[in-house]
Formats: sequence, structure tokens, C-alpha cells
Amino acid sequence: MSNPILKLIAQRIALGLLLLLAVSVLIFAGTQILPGDVAQSILGQSATPQALANLREELGLNAPAYVRYFRWLGGVLTGDLGTALSSRQDIATAIGGRLWNTLFLAFWAAIVSIPLAIILGLLAVRYRNGWIDKTISGLALASTSLPEFFVGYLLVYFFAVKWQIFPGISTVYDGMPFLERMKAIALPATALTLVVLAHMMRMTRAAILNVMQSAYIETAELKGLSPFEIIRKHAFPNAIAPVINVVMLNLAFLIVGVVVIEVIFVYPGMGQYLVDHVAKRDVPVVQAVGLIFAAVYIGLNIIADIAAIVANPRLRHPK
Amino acid sequence: MSNELEYLSRRVAAGKLNRRDFLGRAAALGVTATFANSLLASAAKAEGPVKGGILRAGMQGGAATDSLDPASWSSQVPYFFGRQWGEQLVQISPEGEPKPALAEEWGASDDAKTWTFKIRKGVQFHNGQEMTPADVVATIERHSDEKAKSGALGLMGGIASVKADGQNVIFELKDANADLPFLLDDYHLMIQPNGGKDKPDAGIGTGPYKITVNEAGVRLGGEKFANYWRDDRGFADQIEIIVINDATARTSALQGGQVDIINRVEPKIVELIKRVPGVVIRNVAGRGHYVFIAHCNTAPFDNNDLRLALKYALDREEMLQKILMGYGSVGNDTPINKAYPLFTEMEQRKFDPDKAAFHYKKSGHSGSVLLRTSDVAFPGAVDAAQLYQQSAAKAGITLEVKREPGDGYWSEVWNKQPFSASYWGGRPTQDQMYSTAYYSKAEWNDTRFQREDFDKMLFAARSELDPEKRKKIYADMGQIVRDEGGVITPMFNDFIDATSAKVGGWVDDGNQEMMGGYALSKCWLNA
Repeated sequence: MSNPILKLIAQRIALGLLLLLAVSVLIFAGTQILPGDVAQSILGQSATPQALANLREELGLNAPAYVRYFRWLGGVLTGDLGTALSSRQDIATAIGGRLWNTLFLAFWAAIVSIPLAIILGLLAVRYRNGWIDKTISGLALASTSLPEFFVGYLLVYFFAVKWQIFPGISTVYDGMPFLERMKAIALPATALTLVVLAHMMRMTRAAILNVMQSAYIETAELKGLSPFEIIRKHAFPNAIAPVINVVMLNLAFLIVGVVVIEVIFVYPGMGQYLVDHVAKRDVPVVQAVGLIFAAVYIGLNIIADIAAIVANPRLRHPK
Repeated sequence: MSNELEYLSRRVAAGKLNRRDFLGRAAALGVTATFANSLLASAAKAEGPVKGGILRAGMQGGAATDSLDPASWSSQVPYFFGRQWGEQLVQISPEGEPKPALAEEWGASDDAKTWTFKIRKGVQFHNGQEMTPADVVATIERHSDEKAKSGALGLMGGIASVKADGQNVIFELKDANADLPFLLDDYHLMIQPNGGKDKPDAGIGTGPYKITVNEAGVRLGGEKFANYWRDDRGFADQIEIIVINDATARTSALQGGQVDIINRVEPKIVELIKRVPGVVIRNVAGRGHYVFIAHCNTAPFDNNDLRLALKYALDREEMLQKILMGYGSVGNDTPINKAYPLFTEMEQRKFDPDKAAFHYKKSGHSGSVLLRTSDVAFPGAVDAAQLYQQSAAKAGITLEVKREPGDGYWSEVWNKQPFSASYWGGRPTQDQMYSTAYYSKAEWNDTRFQREDFDKMLFAARSELDPEKRKKIYADMGQIVRDEGGVITPMFNDFIDATSAKVGGWVDDGNQEMMGGYALSKCWLNA
């Protein structure tokens, strides 16, 4: 490892942090623009002017916006996300459990879908334009084209209602035995796998095919390597950067974009938590969840960037 | 044993299918008469309460923002869970009668202004404390306090003072009210230790189940409270409520056997669900109704002939069949139906284009009438408005239907615009229903129906202890609203729940969905 690469990575991380800061400003500003005053929405119909004034004071709503922003940011940086307005519970504690559930589901969906997508992509390239390639591409495209709720309902219909192999609702709770938990998330994880599979698979296939046109692949063929060896040793390592990129994008989707799947399978993750609080105009919770989602997205993109840098020999070994 | 046969035998035991039909169907399925008869006997035996097991409900109406403080409840899941872990002084029976719960008996002074409730002895809270009259007084005080922001605050307005006297609790009312026992059944008013003043969301009550799991918007659970005071409920060892807001997921959870009872089956899929073996649809007539509301004080609706024209131009029967698939009953332009105590039948208003045209002409109105509707007004409200448009066209009345966005409908359209679609959940008594929405000064008088003589009758009925005289007054009031009010009532909707065939002990209870809220306490699981 030489210095320039470390410098590049440091740059990326710094940029990411800056971006996150900018996003935090946007989130804060966005929730301020939302129609309706927080105090008004908490008190509802019974709001008297006096009660409104008291509550505004209590919530610190009378300070100018920038002061409130820095108060909020200071709290976030020290791990204090504030208190939910609706249930008066500590947000950090409440989010902790939900975030863990979301990560758990995303983790297992990723463990299945990423290797599967890459292997299928490799197979498609090896037998390109043959029936294996066409079958894989066709099925993957079909599963992606169907809306996720439909995939979810299909899985529920066959596996939960008809054959009763897996539960159709995936309520997980603290202290649930590991195996039962795995059984509970089997269907949502499968649905998510089907949703993200094709994107990653197609990208792998395209990236490797691109490399397969290069002169050095021809050389490898001429020196008598088997097709799989060529892909494994020469094509795949050079195609890895775009593949990592698309994998990270899909990972981010698995964490922040699964509210529909959560609703269908009644899975207690972050998405449902966010929607419930948006409906009640519970601004501190919406801000906190928004920030966490942004952090996940930016973080995964930084990892993708860094991986692309590290995987690129030209950047790794500068002249 | 085939699912169908098992299901049929339970239907016989529950009195929903007669024996001859059952034997006929059994023969059609290729079963001998002897075997069929023995099946019948075992099904009948199984109808007694079965103790033990875990009874699960999958329900719409819960969110991560729910709290255990009864004062804050407004949606289905916290309310329903509360009925299992807490109790009120009075509980309304499936027949609509107030029955003793935490109060053993009660009585009113002759002027119906002073009420004395004798509090039951030997009832324990889940924390081991004994429930006392002081706890009752504290509970009422807390819900009367504006700071508690209780959903029952409106009901508490008529109470001047409440105090304990030995084992009794005495309510002094500002104005006479013969319906006080009904009000005290309100789900917010569950008795908590010291009224919940110390910790409102502690989740300590006197109900048959004590709370073991409280994950708001996800899962709620309870286990049988060992020292529960009565033995006609609390049969399952454990209960669980899983929040399933998605209708399809709820139905499949029931079919897949993950829950035993679900609420809110959509009318359009009831016929499909009925065909599923092992699932029973439980629908019961309630007091909830769908309405089109016209403001009696705003032109052109301030003209009673126009209102009558609109009433005659509505095809209630068609709407009932097409919007509710028949799971309900037609309305009669009042908020009251036979599910209310002291109800008097009136002549049913029917779709009559000629009469509609007659009154329309008499009103002198010309041009179109603007009706606002929205998806959230009631399930199927947009379709219903279009049906209304078509039936009105037959009478020569042009209805212009405007579809409003769901977000903001309740703050910007309902109770603001002169003619719109809406719904009412119904109230336990006629007095409450009329006081909430037809009393001149009521905040929710959404038809702007303001008549002094009607108000006077309302107060007279409220303080009248003789049921016959009250019934007469309510009949007159109903007639006035029907013929002169601004409410156009197409239909009353049934509560449609569903259970697995294994659930025993279900009785029809129109007070609320899910057996009036007591499904998990009063039902059991047949093995």
C-alpha cells in the first residue's frame, strides 16, 4: 500500500462526512417546512393558546431554527436522538431494536442473494447466449419485474397458506430462539432476494462480458486455459469494481427500502417504524430515522468507492 | 376427518345448521350415518369452554406510536388489548344492557342526578393490590383533568363531583342523566391503581390477562392472571395480539393458522373467505353507519325540500349490495338502528325518483349539487358517491362528485364543507349519538342541525328514568331527524371478523368489532 491510495481513501471518507452533514441540514430543513406546527399536532383539537405556548416553550420551539439545528446536531453527535413526541420514549433505545431487526433481515437476504447473483452471472457468461444464459436472465428479469408486494403475496400463498411450510407473518421479538427467527424471516428474505437478484446478476454478466472482449482474454484462451479459469483468473478480477458498486447499491436498498416487504410480512423493522411516526407527525423520530438511512446510504457508497479504488491496479500501483 | 365435515359438525353444534342438513351433507361426502352421528356428538361436547393454550388475534389498527395509557387510546389495537387487561365499573352485554363488572350494583336518585355505585370487594390488581373505591375516584378524576388529555374527557363534562363513601362511589351530575352506567363502560375508563395518576402507562389493571409483552405496533401479549375474580372468561392460558395492518396478510395469517381470530375482513372478499375450509366468518350488525351530510344552515341545503329530494334520490338497497356486498342493513336517514336500546321502528324510506323529482322541483333549486367524497370517508365512499350520482340522475338531479385527497379530509372537508361523505362509529346509547352530533351546540354537529325543540327533547329523554316514556321521546326525535335533518344515511355496516373453526365461545356482540372487544377473554380454543 502506497501513500496516494491512503490519501484517496481519506478523501472519500471526508467527503462522505461532509455529505452527511449536508444531508442533516436538508432533513432538518425539510421537517421544518412540513405543514402544521409540532405543538399544534401534539395537542390536536384541544389546543388552547396557553397550552400551545407552554408546549412550545417545553419543546424549545421558540429558539431560532439554526439554534435548534445545532442543538439537535449536538445531541445526535453525542448519541442523544431525543424523545419521541407520541410515546415519550427514548428514540435511540426504540430505534436500536428496530435497526437490529432490519439489519438482521438485510444480512441474511444479502448472504443469500449476493453470492447467488455473482455465481449466476458467472454461469451466464460461461454459457453466454446458450439456453442456460437465457433461462437465468429470463427468470431473474421476471422476478425483478414483478412488484415486490406481488412476489411477497405469491410466496405467502404457496409457502404459508397452501403448504404451510413457513409462517406468513414474520413477527420477531427479543429472546426468540435463533432457529425460529430464521424460520420467521425465511419468506421476507426470499422475497428480497428475488427482488435484488436480477440487478446484481445482470451487472456481473455485463461487466465480465465487457472484459471478455479484451486482447488479454484472447491471449489466455490461446495459452489453453479453460473458460472458467479465464473468467476466474482474468476476467472477474478486472470486472469487480462495477459489481461491487451495484452490490452496495442493493445492500443499501435492503436496509432502507423495504417498507413494503415489512408491511406484507408484518416484520418489525425500521420502515414500518418510520411510516407510523410520519403519520403522527412525530418529527424527532422522522429526523433520526432519516439521518440513519442517509448514513447507511453514504457509508455503503464510500465502501463501494474504496473497494473500486483498491481493486483498480492502476490506482494501486501508480507510476 | 375432512375439514368440511368437521366444520359442518361445529355449525350444527353452534346452532347454525340443522341436523338433517348435516346428515345429508355428510352422506354426500361419503360418510356413514353412524359415523356422522358420532361426529355430531363429539362436536356438541366440544362446545363447553376449553381451558389452556394460546389464543392469538391478528388485527388492523395498531402503530409503533401506541401507548399503554388508556387516556391516549383512539385506535383498535390498544382499545382491544385494554379490554383484556383492564375493566370498567360497568360492561355492556352483547344484548346492549349495562352489566355489573367492578361495580356490583348501582342506583340513581329520583332526579337521576345522584348515582351510587357499590364497588366490588376482593378484586385484585395485577400488582397484588386490592382495588378500592379510592382507585375508582382517582380514575374518574384523572380522566376529568384536562391535562391528562383523555379521550373520555367529553363524557366527563357532565360530572360535577365524585367521591368515595365506604364501599360506594357517589357521582353528582350537573344535569340529570339516566345513561350514566353506559358512559362508564367507555374503554378509556378502566380502573387503574390510584387512577393511573402515578404512572398512567404502567399497564396494571384488573382484567383476566396481565401484560407480558408490549411491543407497540408489533406484538402484545398477556398471561392468565391467577387471582382473577370471575370464572366466565379468561379460558386460554395466554393471549397474543399481532398487529397486521395489511388486509391480505391478515387473511393469510388466519388461513395459515398463525392467528385464530382476525378483525376487519373486507366485504368484497367475504364470499371468497367463506369457501376456505377451517375459517368461519363472524359478522354482526353494529351501530356504525355511513353518511352523506348536508349542512342544514347553508344554501342550497337550508331548504328542506332539497334535502328530502336528495334523500329520496338515494338507492340504499343498491348501495348496500354493491358497496357492502350485503354485509349491513339499509339506513333510514337517522343515525339510529335496531342495535340501539329503546329503538322504535319507522317506515323505511325507499328510492323514489318521482318523489325526489317532486321535492326537487318544489325546492326551486337549479343546476348541479356538489358532493365531496374521498377514499377515507368510508370504505368504498368514492364508488358510493358515483352510485348516488347515477340514482339521482334518474330523478333529474345532477350531482357533481368531487374526489378530495385523503390527507386532510377530516380537517378540511368533513364538518367544514356543506355536502360531503363521512362515517360514524355509533355510540352505546341514542342519547350519546344525538348529543355528539345532533345537539345544537355540539362541536361535531356535522349537519348543522340546530333546533331548540329537538334539544329540549334530548334533555327531557336524558333525565327520564321511565324506559317507556324515554322510548316515546326518542321515537319522536328520530322522526324529526328522518324528515327534516341533514343526514342522509345509506347504510349501517356490519362488523366482519373471522375466526378459525377451532375457536369456541363466540357470541354475536354488536357493541364493537371482535365480540364487543372481549374476543380473547371470552373465547377458547377447541383441541
